[in-house]
Amino acid sequence: MDSSASDDRGELEIRAIPARHPWRWAGAALVVLLAAMLVRSFLTNPRYEWDVVFSWLLARTIIRGLLLTLALTAVSMLAGILLGVLLAVMRGSPNRLLSGAAGSYIWFFRGTPLLVQLVFWFNLSALYPRIGLGIPFGGPEWASLDANALISPMTAAFLGLALNEAAYLAEIVRAGIVSVPAGQVQAAAALGLTRRKTMRRIVLPQAMRVIVPPTGNQTISMLKTSSLVSVLAIPELLYSAQIVYSRTFQTIPLLIVVSIWYLLLTSALTAVQGRIERRYGRYA
Amino acid sequence: MTLLRAERVFKNYGANEVLKGVDLEVTAGQVVCLLGPSGSGKSTFLRCINHLERIRSGRIWIDGELIGYRQAGDKLYELDENAISRQRAEVGMVFQDFNLFAHYTAAENVMAGPVLVRGEDRRRARDQAVGLLTRVGLADKLDAYPRQLSGGQQQRVAIARALAMRPKLMLFDEPTSALDPELVGEVLEVMRALADDGQTMIVVTHEVGFAREVADLVAFLDQGVILELGPPAEVLANPANPRTQAFLSKVL
Ligand SMILES: Nc1ncnc2c1ncn2[C@@H]1O[C@H](COP(=O)(O)OP(=O)(O)O)[C@@H](O)[C@H]1O
Ligand SMILES: [Mg+2]
Repeated sequence: MDSSASDDRGELEIRAIPARHPWRWAGAALVVLLAAMLVRSFLTNPRYEWDVVFSWLLARTIIRGLLLTLALTAVSMLAGILLGVLLAVMRGSPNRLLSGAAGSYIWFFRGTPLLVQLVFWFNLSALYPRIGLGIPFGGPEWASLDANALISPMTAAFLGLALNEAAYLAEIVRAGIVSVPAGQVQAAAALGLTRRKTMRRIVLPQAMRVIVPPTGNQTISMLKTSSLVSVLAIPELLYSAQIVYSRTFQTIPLLIVVSIWYLLLTSALTAVQGRIERRYGRYA
Repeated sequence: MTLLRAERVFKNYGANEVLKGVDLEVTAGQVVCLLGPSGSGKSTFLRCINHLERIRSGRIWIDGELIGYRQAGDKLYELDENAISRQRAEVGMVFQDFNLFAHYTAAENVMAGPVLVRGEDRRRARDQAVGLLTRVGLADKLDAYPRQLSGGQQQRVAIARALAMRPKLMLFDEPTSALDPELVGEVLEVMRALADDGQTMIVVTHEVGFAREVADLVAFLDQGVILELGPPAEVLANPANPRTQAFLSKVL
């Protein structure tokens, strides 16, 4: 007899019990325990020196360093994006020389450590003592400058960060460009759009959906990576803190100050990134 | 009046000879259906007509203007990009895969040509787009994005997008081949209405019924040459060439 048809059992509720996951509970308990230990040490270990942390958090020199970090990130990122788009378009050129040049650039800058690049730019004057403007291969020179004066630590930092970033962004932009179906490019050409206009009005706006998320990640990463320029004695956030603790020996509290600021900034950027992503995902 | 003249068009991809001396003459207002087996060069020929492809030799004129090149003596020199784009703006093209701009709504797709190519005022272009989309039966889909439309609807938007440039000539490359069978009719209907309005068109298609009823001329392309050309009654009913016969017996 069919059980669903049996009327005498129709009233009975047959309950479904979900499977239990004891190991999940054990894992969660372990995490809670570790977190409690961590918090307790924060609160009880006097060597964190929280009072020192809070006294330096809004100190003038730290805030100045913070602003410099933000400026360096913004300017390098902007230059990196412009150069990155140029490299990405070159990379896709039918001209082998142009695409090869872009490919070599990307290969070089992704293949060497940023720290090495920064120190290299800083020492550029050892390689080219004078930098001039004129006609190459023995032509007249209109102006020339002492490389030592031209390449200040700030210039070296900007060059290092921006040129390196451009290589990564070129790959990101390239991936965005090739994500747009070739048929649309052909349709645009058939309508009478020039290649430039097709790139600007049809390809890049759609490529943004692919480009924006990793570019956001790059920006967040750049914010932190810019701390590398502390090796060039540029008073950005990290180096500003280092100047202080080399004098006061409050190394840990100042590193905490620095970390708090980086965390705040990266969290803010992450929020902004989410908003921008939603905006570019509209038509999808 | 001759609108399109193609004279001994040759085209190759490396060692692959795709077009081997194609001749075709289309009078203004005519509908020409281009039939032929897959790989015979139909798409390539259409793409040469608006210079999406370079040709090796031969000449193509639209309305008396040499397409893609400037002739000096016995040589053809390719035009610059702006001149080529200007010529393409006079020729509409509809693709098998619609190729609508995914980030634009239906109306914005139709406005793309007038606004981006001709620099027309957006408001006027929008009015025109509304008119054209109404004409293809999509007055209620103005603000829909392509992904929200069926294949048949997308193809009708694509036709409206091409018409927005008031093209002298419309090229259709298998416009119904990517559609589910029940959506083929609505697109053919729009094309038939266009033909009735006197639009000059070249249609690559496997829809023999459409060719028989709408075409003024049917051309059969095989291995890069036009084997047969004539009114549908002749070419479709009594093909002279055995290869045409074999092809038609397969698609009919
Ligand atoms: N971009 C291309 N590169 C190389 N070969 C191509 C290209 N486009 C088409 N072909 C070749 O040209 C021939 C004709 O193709 P096509 O014009 O697309 O034929 P049809 O549209 O009649 O099916 C085929 O052999 C095809 O492989
Ligand atoms: Mg084809």
